[in-house]
Amino acid sequence: MSTERIPILRMGSVLLVTIQVDMHDQLALRLQEDLTNKIVATSARGVLIDISALDMVDSFIGRMLGNIAAMSRILDAATVLVGMQPAVAITLVELGMTLNGIRTALDVETGMELLHELSCSQ
Amino acid sequence: MLIKAETLPVRTNDDVVHVRRATRNWSVELGFSLVDVTKMVTAASELARNTVIYGGGGTVRFEKVEEGHRRALRLIFEDQGPGIPDIGQALKDGFTTGNGLGLGLSGAKRLVNDFDIWSEPGRGTRVSIGRWK
Repeated sequence: MSTERIPILRMGSVLLVTIQVDMHDQLALRLQEDLTNKIVATSARGVLIDISALDMVDSFIGRMLGNIAAMSRILDAATVLVGMQPAVAITLVELGMTLNGIRTALDVETGMELLHELSCSQ
Repeated sequence: MLIKAETLPVRTNDDVVHVRRATRNWSVELGFSLVDVTKMVTAASELARNTVIYGGGGTVRFEKVEEGHRRALRLIFEDQGPGIPDIGQALKDGFTTGNGLGLGLSGAKRLVNDFDIWSEPGRGTRVSIGRWK
C-alpha cells in the first residue's frame, strides 16, 4: 500500500487542499484524518477543497467530502468545495448524492470570498 | 455482436482505480459524451468497490457490442463471494450491510441504460451494466 498523501497548504487562517490524483479509498480516508489534525494544529477557520481536477466523484468520495465538512464544523472551521466539473455534478445528483450541508463555490477565488464572509459572520 | 473484450482483476483498492481508468478509456473509444463517460466511470467505481468489499474480490469483463448501427459498452462484475440474500432489498436506496451510504448498487443502476443482477447465497454475485451510444 502506498503512503501517498494529498498536500494541505496553509494560507493565513485557511487550509487549501487541491485534489489532483486518482482518489483511491485509502487516500480519501488519510486526507480526512490529516485535515482534521491540521485544523487543530493551525487553528484554521476555513477549509477550501478544490476538486476541479477530479473527473468523477462516487458515493465513497462524496461521503468523505461530507465527513470533512462535518468534522471541520465541529472543530469551528467552515468548508467550501470548489471547482466541481459539470459532468460530475450531473452524475452525483443522479447517483442520489446531493452533498447536503456542504457549501460550494465555482472557483477558488469565489470560494475564498465565501470563506472570509463565513468566518467574519461567526 | 461482440466486437472486443477484456477482463481485469478487481481485488484491491488500486484495482478499483484501474477499473475506473479502463472504463474511461473504453467509454471514450465508443464515442460517449463527457456526461455519459462520467456516469459509466462512476457506476463502474461503485460496482468495483462492492466486488472488493462485499464479494471478497473478483473480476470485471469489458465488452464492446454492436447491434445494427448501435454500439454499447457492457461491464460484467463477477465474484465468488457470499452472495446477496435479498436483491430487492440490496437495490433500495440507503440499504447497506457495510458502513457506506447504501447508494452503490441503486445509484449505479440509475447511471446506466441496462442493468442486470444475479446472485446466489454461497456462490457469488454477477452484475452487468450497459450504456448505448
